[in-house]
Amino acid sequence: MNQVSPGAAGEMLPPTASEPQHQKKGFSLGDYVERLALVIAWLVVIVVFSILAPDTFFNVRNFTTMFGTQTTLVILALALLIPLTAGDYDISVAATLTMSGMVVAVLNAHHGVPIGAAIAIAIALGALIGFINGFFIIIFEIDAFIVTLGTGTIILGLTLWISASQTVSGVSDWLSSWVVVHRIFGVSYEFYYGLALCILLWYVFDFTAIGRRILFVGRGTNVARLSGIRVGRVRWGCFVAAGIIAAAAGVLYTGTAGASDPTSGQTFLLPAFAAAFLGSTAITPGRFNPWGTFIAVYFLVTGITGLAILGVQTWVQNVFYGGALVVALSLSQIVKKRRERAARL
Amino acid sequence: MDHTVVVRNMSMTFGGQRALDKVSMSIRRGEVHGLVGQNGCGKSTLIKILSGYHHPDPGGELEIDGQPIKLPVRTGSASDLGLSFVHQDLGLLPSLTVVENFRAWTISTKSEWFIRWNKERERTEEAFARFGLGLDPRAIVGDLPAVQRALLAIVRALDDLAQYTKDDDTRGGLLILDEPTVFLPRTDRDRLFDVVRRSVAQGASVLFVSHDLDEALSVTDRITVLRDGRVAGTVVSADTEKDRLVEMIIGRRLEAFEASHRAHTVADAGHVTVDRVRGGSIENVSFTMDEGEVLGLTGLVGSGFEEIPYLLFGAEPAREGRLTIAGHEYDLARMSPSAAIAAGMALIPADRQGAAGVGSLLVRDNVMLQVIDDYRPYRLDRRRYLKAAREALHQYDVRPPEPIMDFQALSGGNQQKVVLAKWLQAAPRVLLVHEPTQGVDVGARLQVFQTITQAAAEGMSVVCASSDYEQLAAICDRVLVFHGGEIMCTLVGDEITKDRITEQCYMSARTLRPDKNMRMQA
Ligand SMILES: Nc1ncnc2c1ncn2[C@@H]1O[C@H](COP(=O)(O)OP(=O)(O)OP(=O)(O)O)[C@@H](O)[C@H]1O
Ligand SMILES: [Mg+2]
Repeated sequence: MNQVSPGAAGEMLPPTASEPQHQKKGFSLGDYVERLALVIAWLVVIVVFSILAPDTFFNVRNFTTMFGTQTTLVILALALLIPLTAGDYDISVAATLTMSGMVVAVLNAHHGVPIGAAIAIAIALGALIGFINGFFIIIFEIDAFIVTLGTGTIILGLTLWISASQTVSGVSDWLSSWVVVHRIFGVSYEFYYGLALCILLWYVFDFTAIGRRILFVGRGTNVARLSGIRVGRVRWGCFVAAGIIAAAAGVLYTGTAGASDPTSGQTFLLPAFAAAFLGSTAITPGRFNPWGTFIAVYFLVTGITGLAILGVQTWVQNVFYGGALVVALSLSQIVKKRRERAARL
Repeated sequence: MDHTVVVRNMSMTFGGQRALDKVSMSIRRGEVHGLVGQNGCGKSTLIKILSGYHHPDPGGELEIDGQPIKLPVRTGSASDLGLSFVHQDLGLLPSLTVVENFRAWTISTKSEWFIRWNKERERTEEAFARFGLGLDPRAIVGDLPAVQRALLAIVRALDDLAQYTKDDDTRGGLLILDEPTVFLPRTDRDRLFDVVRRSVAQGASVLFVSHDLDEALSVTDRITVLRDGRVAGTVVSADTEKDRLVEMIIGRRLEAFEASHRAHTVADAGHVTVDRVRGGSIENVSFTMDEGEVLGLTGLVGSGFEEIPYLLFGAEPAREGRLTIAGHEYDLARMSPSAAIAAGMALIPADRQGAAGVGSLLVRDNVMLQVIDDYRPYRLDRRRYLKAAREALHQYDVRPPEPIMDFQALSGGNQQKVVLAKWLQAAPRVLLVHEPTQGVDVGARLQVFQTITQAAAEGMSVVCASSDYEQLAAICDRVLVFHGGEIMCTLVGDEITKDRITEQCYMSARTLRPDKNMRMQA
């Protein structure tokens, strides 16, 4: 190859020194602040509530409860993350959660199906829902948002049907013992399930070839296709994965309550989106990422818990989650702009 | 003579890296001013400062028609200042229609309460007629071929400039063209230059960025050369030799590329056989290629030659056709990019931003995509992966050779080098390229030639679709000239010269349909 050396005949410029010097790769302080902004915000929230409610907020029990009861949301947000990375919205995850929780309850409590089998059926159902979503989106090339809005509504309808619109209780204790009763370091098992899933997704997104492929599909469909990635299959697979994980979240949800009601799962949809988008401003800014999402969930939960302890009424929850979503979107937009303009890392 | 635009001491730093270093230049009224330099020397950056996209470092000054302009230039105010742009990436919104794109600036800056789309369409059609562009205003821009998209962006800028100078003939205005001709075949270039000269005659000035130095020397009055972000000098085009210009650009002389047109025994033992492919505007094309042969495909716009690589790769659907590579036969009607890659093909498309690389992802991930499976199965060995990426960037002389930066932060020519590196790393058997040196500077162009001929010497068969006749003459062993979706003639050996190819392109066009292709449309 040619060695292009400016200045070899350079009478108008000083020799090679004029080559632009590139910074050594590394994180500047600004990068760290940006990456950890959410963590810092979370700490600030903790400190503020600890000052406002030193006895009720700042104690071990409150924290173990906060960590130990929000796994459903963590897992749902992580489920959402997968199609989001591939560039698709999946609005049906919350409905999948609701249905899966209800299927476990109905099969186990009403029909006497062993709990293990009931869980397996619920998870398989989640996979099927993802498959059906993918089918319409990929084969008929319909917008994912619309398809999953539709299938989500259908699923909710079916859930009301199988439950006769009633809360179903009497689910085997075995489930709740493995979800909320047993504890490690005072925190229920379910927290660790969320943590494990987060680590798994981190590994997949950051350390495997398939993770890179999903990212390419999400960011540049055409480039991905011309690079030989089977774009349709990757997107389809992402919907199936989201369905499975959302169903698992449903199982945990039923385990947490020991019962299942046919509608409340839907309330997780907005917080899950808020967490995914808020999470995309942290850790790896500008990209949906599991750790950011994980932290975002606990940030949101801390805020809500704090407000509840201060005696603020429950309608504030909606305001808080909705507000967080809008703020998160604005932040991620700012991050994107900044990266595009000043774009070195 | 008065100056339209004067730039003084303009600097621009990207995260510690100087892209422009105290650049000063002035553009006279009624002048076509060239701006040339290597890939990444800062041409587009300077232009983006003028458009208000980049905020320059403090200390720079900008003067337009004698008035100092406050920096950074307010976004959206460019057209009030008489600056109108054709950016390197054209700046069109692919999902919108032609009218919407054409009228985008006016519509988005004037506060109208009710947009009369019929009126807008008429206006658009009228402007197209004025510039001889036959485009359906209702077409979606993303569906147009690259040539037409480029023409749309150019005509839009010209129209904008015409608006600015309409009611006030003391106004000049500046048309800024950042490599506008890379997408354009010869005829349309000449057409464009006519239009440029017409606007200049009416008092406008033009800033013209190009890597085609012959073209730059012939259309400009003066040329400013940038090197590594500094002004290396400004010369008067008429008094400047091309060699001298090359020397100013890269700081040394460039040895001539030794073109060797090797004879191949294609007749029977064809290593690659393409049999009766039909699809798009291609009708029934067959050819064979030998191992290690570089086959050129060319023709005028609309002749269909540039569709061949996409049809073979399955990127565009073929209606029928068979392809044989080393004894394996493939049905082109059922070809897909993933199957093509499995068959040992690689496609380097001309559309860098849309089809070749993802701007918002890292250079590392872009360059490594085709070989990523070597870094499996259980985990990406991230250190090795990064190291390999860095080596690839060095090998293909990408500047800066920094894997951890967004692909879109690379200059246009360097993006092209990354794309070459991405595919050649995967060592394909058959390399399909479309305009491989589009937007690549003189030095790097030579490297690309060497890379391709080197790969061919090692046994890779190369199909190069291009309307750059000089390039075809330099690297091809055989050239097929297309017209109307069919092969009109074949040039081999000593026949492969720039002049012969040009001649054949026009001849084959004329013999068949004299009226087509003479106008600025496909
Ligand atoms: N947004 C950005 N962030 C960081 N660096 C950038 C950005 N845009 C450009 N650069 C760097 O600034 C330098 C100048 O780039 P510029 O695009 O102006 O080059 P150019 O002269 O137009 O080259 P080409 O002929 O290849 O188009 C390059 O080194 C490029 O990598
Ligand atoms: Mg450029």
